[in-house]
Amino acid sequence: MTSPVDGPNCPVPHGVYRQIQLGHGSGGKMSAALLAERFLPHFGNPTLTKLGDAAVVDVASSRLAVSTDTFVVRPLEFPGGNIGTLAIHGTVNDLAMMGARAKYLTAGFVLEEGLELLTLDRIIAEMARAASEAGVVIITGDTKVVERGKADGVFINTTGVGEMDAAFMPAPERARPGDAVLVSGPIGRHGIAVMAVREGMAFEAEVESDTANLSPLVELLRGAVGSAVHVLRDPTRGGMASALNEIARAAGVGIMLDETAIPIPGPVSAACEMLGFDPLYVANEGIMVAIVDHDSSELALAALRAHPLGTEAVVIGRVVPEHAGLVALRTAIGGTRVVDMLPGDQLPRIC
Amino acid sequence: MKYLSEYRDPKIARSLADQIRSTASRRWVLMEVCGGQTHTIVKQGIDELLHDAVEMIHGPGCPVCVTPLEQIDRALHIAARPDVVFTSFGDMLRVPGSESDLFQVRANGGDVRIVYSPLDALEIARRHPDKEVVFFAVGFETTAPANAMAVWRAKQLDVSNFSVLVSHVTVPPAMTALLASPDNRVQAFLAAGHVCTVMGWTEYEPLAATYRVPIVVTGFEPLDLLEGILMAVNQLEKGRHEVENQYVRSVRREGNRPAQDVIGKVFRLVDRQWRGIGMIPSSGLGLREEYAAFDAELKFGVSVVTATEPEECHAGDVLRGKMKPHECPAFGTLCTPERPLGAPMVSSEGACAAYFNYGRFRSAAAKA
Amino acid sequence: MCLGIPGRIVEIKDDTGLRMGTVDFGGVRRDVCLAYLDEDIQVGDYAIVHVGFAISKVDEDEAKRTFEILKEMSELDELEWLGDVADRSLEGGTAS
Repeated sequence: MTSPVDGPNCPVPHGVYRQIQLGHGSGGKMSAALLAERFLPHFGNPTLTKLGDAAVVDVASSRLAVSTDTFVVRPLEFPGGNIGTLAIHGTVNDLAMMGARAKYLTAGFVLEEGLELLTLDRIIAEMARAASEAGVVIITGDTKVVERGKADGVFINTTGVGEMDAAFMPAPERARPGDAVLVSGPIGRHGIAVMAVREGMAFEAEVESDTANLSPLVELLRGAVGSAVHVLRDPTRGGMASALNEIARAAGVGIMLDETAIPIPGPVSAACEMLGFDPLYVANEGIMVAIVDHDSSELALAALRAHPLGTEAVVIGRVVPEHAGLVALRTAIGGTRVVDMLPGDQLPRIC
Repeated sequence: MKYLSEYRDPKIARSLADQIRSTASRRWVLMEVCGGQTHTIVKQGIDELLHDAVEMIHGPGCPVCVTPLEQIDRALHIAARPDVVFTSFGDMLRVPGSESDLFQVRANGGDVRIVYSPLDALEIARRHPDKEVVFFAVGFETTAPANAMAVWRAKQLDVSNFSVLVSHVTVPPAMTALLASPDNRVQAFLAAGHVCTVMGWTEYEPLAATYRVPIVVTGFEPLDLLEGILMAVNQLEKGRHEVENQYVRSVRREGNRPAQDVIGKVFRLVDRQWRGIGMIPSSGLGLREEYAAFDAELKFGVSVVTATEPEECHAGDVLRGKMKPHECPAFGTLCTPERPLGAPMVSSEGACAAYFNYGRFRSAAAKA
Repeated sequence: MCLGIPGRIVEIKDDTGLRMGTVDFGGVRRDVCLAYLDEDIQVGDYAIVHVGFAISKVDEDEAKRTFEILKEMSELDELEWLGDVADRSLEGGTAS
């Protein structure tokens, strides 16, 4: 790699490119340079830097949790984070919700021809920062380049491996009538922050994505009440409503929410009024729902509130034996309604 | 949010609900005309809260629900063209046409975009002079000033690649059709606060007098609706039948004159087909001849597209209050929120979708 | 049909002959067409906005007057309710 020249036919040094070219996916010098100059400086660790066909790692636990998730978001960068932050937090959080401690991640990138390299740099830097904060190591990865128009800037897949502890195994089907439903913080921030900067909807909102690594909160809960934590869930796409519906169906129980208890930030609520959205269906990337044995709910709340991410944790409802499989909500004025899953995305309403 | 949050005060709401229950000597049948009001009623559980005192029939005031099938088919036809950017309010995208919906057109490569305002659609046209930009101009009188302004502005700025597919309807003819029907059950109306913000309420005075029916112009927050219901129940109990205004912070008797002027400049009254209800004479708005150049129906020659509604769907009877959603043979079987036959099953506040959810809740709760 | 929400006008401007403005809805701001409001509209006024158009100026005096009536009614109602509760003496345990 002494010459910056990509063969005799192309006298232009690759260093001057400001955007992803198809050549970056050729497997040749441009690919190698992309890896060496942009990815490794941020992600570098002894396992990854070997650049073997597979990563070889040691684990302590005899039981592993594995989770994979692919990230697409428009725009790529938004107030509070970018697609790179999401790609780390999303997979780490999925592991944490199963009670697993994330150890290793893989990262696959589909890059669109024309993607600004400076944008890619910011995405990689954010990923590296988020991974290091979460204590996970990116042990292997892959990049592919597709023609312009065949992708939306960049798609990222991350697969995570986490170690399980047999004494702490929250699962959706473990929700029991009488349990308290807790939420770790205010809802709806990610979805509204992204919507605000999307073309065609342009509005200004003083709200940032809540994207965050939730494993510290899980550790605090585990320490405080242990197996009294029956279910953990991060309500991402589809929002709180979809996450709770999945739990109600899996456990064959009903869930009754108290509308007045659900924490909704002012600008989220205002943007929802404007677009005709229901905040219960708006995506989150940094809060979790915990369903906890009733007798332990106060201890669990105190544990969550001890962490900066959980200062606004509250009980928003309870698990009930009635209306099995359905989530209902007691409204502020004393009415009741069903909080169903939506057939698709929420659409701005005029009526 | 000022002028919003205070109208959700639980204490005052409970007090109004108590008053409604203690005032009603029998169970009265009320219709809220507007889909926005239905949304609040369902979302806040007001119908269930007042179940013993009033029966709320959800009216035809949802532009998504009443846009005729053939107009949806025309939209699908235009949106599929490669030279077109088709823009629409979000809730129209999932409404089923004869064979597909706008989402399906998008999946097949059509450029279909959601906009918040018709002026946003006009802006897209100005930015993409190489494309034909079409806006699906649906709505009642509330939306007419916005859609009229977009067309007026397009002419003023000479944006020739902009056009609108108009499916505008007006409320009073629909209310007349309901009241004139021999099997009408509605005893009082909550008129739509934002329609009346634009049009005022003088049009409703002859209706109240002729059919001896109380009409209360009502807002959209829980306290507005509860107060509107209380005012209507008070009139019914005393045998009065007047037009009253609950929504005083927004509605004046004469309405919004400048808005009416622009509507009058751009639109004219036309006969309009209502989905599920049929043709109602002089119940819609169409573009005036001076604005024919902005009429997407003419521009793309889609007037010939016609459609017949599925026989299994009784949306019309539901919208007219003649049939409860669960009495429809297709309800919950052929027709579900995932695979709607008719528009009232599409949006979460549509009469059929609301019943679908609540019915499941009731039966699940009863089993436990 | 008619999702309309109140917001505070924070800026009034002219866009090639069309009166436009910025409206703040509790921390969310958007461009709104103000052409249908009276010309004496001012920054700080509240308007009801539907699909990007102000369709009325909120009548703040009427809003205040009617809301006070509602509030007084509910306070009276609450007094009666408290009276009822007291009459029923020690049935207790119910929260409002």
